[in-house]
Amino acid sequence: MLYTNLKHIESATDHAKAISENENVMVICGRMGPMCIPVYGIAEEIEKEYNHIKFFDMEFDNPEAHVIRNIPEVRGFMGIPFTIYYKNGKVAKATSSIQTKEQITSILNKEFGTPIKG
Amino acid sequence: MTEANNHYDAIVIGGGPAGLTAGIYLSRAKVSTLILNEGTVGGQMVLTHEIANYPGVESISGYQLGNIMKKQALSFGCDIKSNITIKNIKLEGDVKEIELSDGTVFTSKIVIITPGGRSRTLGVQGEDNLKGRGISYCATCDGDFFTDKEIVVVGGGNSALEEAVSLTKYASKITIIHQFDHFQAFEHAIEEARNNPKISFLMESTITAFYGEEKVESIDIKNLKSGDISNLKTDGAFIFIGYIPNTEFLKGKVELNQWGEIVVKNDMSTNVDGVYAAGDSITKRFRQVTTAVGDGTIAALASSAYLNELKKKMEK
Repeated sequence: MLYTNLKHIESATDHAKAISENENVMVICGRMGPMCIPVYGIAEEIEKEYNHIKFFDMEFDNPEAHVIRNIPEVRGFMGIPFTIYYKNGKVAKATSSIQTKEQITSILNKEFGTPIKG
Repeated sequence: MTEANNHYDAIVIGGGPAGLTAGIYLSRAKVSTLILNEGTVGGQMVLTHEIANYPGVESISGYQLGNIMKKQALSFGCDIKSNITIKNIKLEGDVKEIELSDGTVFTSKIVIITPGGRSRTLGVQGEDNLKGRGISYCATCDGDFFTDKEIVVVGGGNSALEEAVSLTKYASKITIIHQFDHFQAFEHAIEEARNNPKISFLMESTITAFYGEEKVESIDIKNLKSGDISNLKTDGAFIFIGYIPNTEFLKGKVELNQWGEIVVKNDMSTNVDGVYAAGDSITKRFRQVTTAVGDGTIAALASSAYLNELKKKMEK
C-alpha cells in the first residue's frame, strides 16, 4: 500500500483508463522507500500548479504493475521508482530512481508544456 | 500568521524533524513563522521505513511521523513552503533576508537553519547518467534488481559493510571498494563481511569512472597507492560513502567547521546574532530524529527569548 496523497493505480485496467482518458499523465511506480518517497513528495507538491497533468502512483510489487515493469522503455532500469510520462496514451519519457524537482519539472515542461499561471 | 510584504518574526530553513519542531514551538507561541524547505517536508526522516525508538510511539513510518509533524505545525498557524530553492541569504543585522530562485524575498527577525544532510556521491564520470541503471544508493530499494549479478559496494563505514552483507541475498559476488587500508565500521560489521564467502575486498582504491550504454557494464578503479587504473566488468555499484551537510549556501554567512557543519553553542545559537541552527547539519555526534527534535526545541525557545529582547530593545 502506497500511503501518499496521490491518486493510486491499483490494476492494469485502472492504468489503461488513466492513460487513455487523460492527455498528460505521470505515473510513479515504486515502494515506500528512500528513493521513491521524495519523488511522490515532489509530485504532490506540484500537482496543483501543473493542473494540465494527471499524477498517479502505482505499487511496484503489485503484480498488475507489469504494465510498467515490462515496457521496452524501462529496459536497463535497475532502480525504483520507475517514473513514466504518457502523452496521449504513449510513453513520452521514462526515468529510473530518485529525481530532483528540477529534473521532473524539466521533463514536464518539455513533454507537456509549462503550466499557465494566473 | 503572515505579515505584510512577506515578513515574519521567524524563518526556519529546512522542514525535517528539527525544522518542523521549531515551527511547532514558535507558531504555538504566536511567533509568526515560515518554514522554507528545499525538498520533501520531513527531511531524511521520511526515508526511514520504520521508526521504533521514538518515545511515546511504538512504531511508525518516517513518512507518517513527518506528516503528523507537518500537520501539527500547520495547525498552529505555521506557513510552509516546500521544494523551493534559496538563491540568496542575508543573515547579518536585525532584519534577515532570504531570496528564492523565483525572486520572492522573505524577511524575518530571526532565522533557524535546519537544512539536514544528503548522501554523498562519488562525483565521477558516468555516475549521473547511470544512476538507476546499475548505480544505486539504497540496497533495500534496488537489491532485487541484482539477483545473481556481480556488483561492487563502495565505502568502509557501517552502512557499506552492513549493506554489502544484506546484498549477498541477491548478488552472486560482491567486491567492496574502499579508499583506505582499514575500515571505519564497527568490528562486528567488518567480521561479518570478512566471513561472507561472496564478499571480497579492494582496499586503497576508488572508482574513477562508470561505463555502459543502457546500464553499468564496467568501472575504472584507481589504486590510490600506485596510481594505476584498471577496468573491472561489473553489473552494478552501490555507493555508501556517508552524508554531507546541506550547508554550501551558508559558506561565509555563519561559522562552519572543516566538515561543513554549523558551529552552535548550547542554546543552538550561531556566531551571528538572531541566527540559530538545529538538526543533522550542526556539529554533534549523534544524528537521530529524537536529537533533531530536541535541537529544534532548544533553538525555538532560545530564539523566542532573543526575539523578546529584540522587541524590547526596539520599543525603547
